[in-house]
Amino acid sequence: MLLSRVADSLYWISRYLERAEHTARLVDVARDLGLDRAAAARSRAIERLYRSLGLPSAEGEQSLVRVALFDTSHRNSVAACVMAARENARQVREEISSDMWEQINDLFLRVRKLQEASAGGRTHYVSRVIVEGVHLFAGITDATMGHAEGWQYLQAGCFLERAASTATLLDAFLVEKGDAGPAALDQADWVALLRSCSALEGYCRRYTADVRPERVTEFLLLDAECPRSVRFAATKLEGALRDIARYTGRPTGGRAERLSGRLRASLDYGQVDEILSDDPHAYLAGVSRQCAQIHSAVYQSYISYAIETALPA
Amino acid sequence: MSSLSRPAASSDLRSALVQPPAGLFGQYDLDRTFDEMFEAPALARPHYQALVDELAPVSLDDMRRRQVEADRAFLTQGITFTVYGDAQGTERIFPFDLLPRLVTASEWDTLERGLAQRLIAINLFLKDIYNEGRILAEGVVPRELVFSCRHYRREMRGVRVHRDVYVSVAGTDLVRLEDGRFVVLEDNLRVPSGVSYMLANRAVTKRVFPGLFNKYNVRPIAHYGQALLATLRALAPPDRSDPTIVVLTPGVGNSAYFEHAFLAREMGISLVEGRDLLVHDTVVYMRTTSGLRRVDVIYRRVDDDFLDPLAFRSDSHLGVAGLLNAYRAGNVSVVNAIGTGVADDKAVYAYLPAIIRFYLSEEPILSNVPTYLCGNGSDRQYVLDNLDSLVVKAVGESGGYGMLVGPHSTAAQRDEFRTLILAEPRNFIAQPTLALSRAACFVGGGVEPRHVDLRPYVLYGDKVTIVPGGLTRVALRKGSLVVNSSQGGGSKDTWVLLE
Repeated sequence: MLLSRVADSLYWISRYLERAEHTARLVDVARDLGLDRAAAARSRAIERLYRSLGLPSAEGEQSLVRVALFDTSHRNSVAACVMAARENARQVREEISSDMWEQINDLFLRVRKLQEASAGGRTHYVSRVIVEGVHLFAGITDATMGHAEGWQYLQAGCFLERAASTATLLDAFLVEKGDAGPAALDQADWVALLRSCSALEGYCRRYTADVRPERVTEFLLLDAECPRSVRFAATKLEGALRDIARYTGRPTGGRAERLSGRLRASLDYGQVDEILSDDPHAYLAGVSRQCAQIHSAVYQSYISYAIETALPA
Repeated sequence: MSSLSRPAASSDLRSALVQPPAGLFGQYDLDRTFDEMFEAPALARPHYQALVDELAPVSLDDMRRRQVEADRAFLTQGITFTVYGDAQGTERIFPFDLLPRLVTASEWDTLERGLAQRLIAINLFLKDIYNEGRILAEGVVPRELVFSCRHYRREMRGVRVHRDVYVSVAGTDLVRLEDGRFVVLEDNLRVPSGVSYMLANRAVTKRVFPGLFNKYNVRPIAHYGQALLATLRALAPPDRSDPTIVVLTPGVGNSAYFEHAFLAREMGISLVEGRDLLVHDTVVYMRTTSGLRRVDVIYRRVDDDFLDPLAFRSDSHLGVAGLLNAYRAGNVSVVNAIGTGVADDKAVYAYLPAIIRFYLSEEPILSNVPTYLCGNGSDRQYVLDNLDSLVVKAVGESGGYGMLVGPHSTAAQRDEFRTLILAEPRNFIAQPTLALSRAACFVGGGVEPRHVDLRPYVLYGDKVTIVPGGLTRVALRKGSLVVNSSQGGGSKDTWVLLE
């Protein structure tokens, strides 16, 4: 038995943390790889990054760290996400374990301290603090919270966010390829993409260090084992939603589960050559749209359902 | 005039200036107030000797390190209160003092009996005034005093309250006078808070002074959550065999939100907000992911005024529309009951000894602070003649508003209160300025005495249960008598000893 409001908060705790981690990793890679690149490629990469994060690209490279990491007026900045995750956790403190709360509170306090110290020059360090903080939270969650219905909302939020953000990031690269021709993107860009998803090592083991756009796309979109691929996330998401439908025993609970099953199946049987030769942008936009539909279905079924539909007969 | 001006038992201390004991105690001074730790300079009370011995070899740096450790424990656990009116939603930790305050077994025995007696009488009083009104008819408590009270709820007339228990969670404020007696300063009978600090203080003290526990037999308090749950369960509507119990909080913006979440987790029950609940056909439901679920007991931490916008304040977003009707229908228990505030009204307080005698035919075990009701002619004259030495309080106010502290007042303020009292005498009471006892505190440069009070938490479901402990609040500012967290107050662990 879980309050709808609590399910809502749990779902957003992990969505926000996933978003914070994604952004932190992207900024770290962009700074790192940007250092020894030509100015034009570098500024294009920065602009792409802003675009994929839904941040105003007019800010330029100089303010990248400030905007993407610390500016709480942008609700997708890392600091804003960590704050929002912690605020959600604060509202469900009795539902999560004390260890989870202490970890997320600690992460929040550390980010705030970095923010006050304007630790922009230490991008890599800041990014590690965030990525490790989020990983630690995930590990603590796994180890200290009962894997019951509430836990499944944490899973659902995390993997829905991951599926959507990997798709959006990939789209930012593929769109550019279409616009300016394949030459516009060099090897370094694709390496950056893989590293942004912590997938470079996995890619190399699968395909060797020969980095090619269609293989990168296949790996990040369709791979069953890469933990940040869209397919992997969709599979986990479907599992979480199936469990939630089972826990709640609600006939209307099927919609979210069905939609996520359909997304997972389309990725299970997708062919990268077809997707790329057809319209990759449309395909990825479709993935994003389905993620949004799944989100709405979760809300309609479990969180903001009409009371009339639930009154005792 | 009152027992307060009786010379302290240890009046010889008044002249005794400090002969500095060693180390941390270099700045420890004794005055005429009761000192919890020392009987005389460098002579610890027997039950404090082991604590003094434990501290003797500890260096100042070590104490500071422990303080840092303790403060960090509070911060990372998020044991904080919200400061109102701050856009950033700043959370602060409630300052924690490292040294425990000790209560002996025999002191506790008196407190326990006295508090139980008081709470039983209070519940009989509430049942009486909301039903037949015997005590009013017999003129023991003036009728108009009760009916004019701001917290009197007409809506509760004739409502059947399960087990006749109106107040099942009380937080009674006690202070200790110069002669060492505990007296009741105030009964908190609406939504008393602070019990989470009692529990958190113990947990942190265990962390920073583990060795000390070996030297004492400290009674445990960790079962408070279970005791509260058992109390709530006992109050469920009789036909609900496996009741669903919830904690109702105003929400995350409330200054005591941490405590609400803490208690819900301790008890393993849901923490709900008004928006999670709805009333259909005089039954309360909560909205869950598996549909609506019936709620049987609401441990509410929301004031009466905000509980039901249909019955009370219509602008409240914190409550549940229709809750009062569900309650009156007996389909849900609300704990504490609605309308209990009438019994902790400052003027009604003055009648508590008479209330105890009336219902129980017993003498009160714990005394009140002498209280003068300006509504009574002779009391009023005494108050007006002694404004410079009394504390005058408006009965309907709390939190230090509408108050005149005689010894710290100006002639103009006293004239203002004189006019106010004469205009509306019934609205004012006066009490002597109290010399609260002092307990040893670590204040940065060493151990010094500071004024303290004590708030034990009394539970009443099918029987009265008092977890042996309480929240000792400390006025950390030197010389201050104000223990409120907003004004430099802190708290410390309270140890009730087994022997």
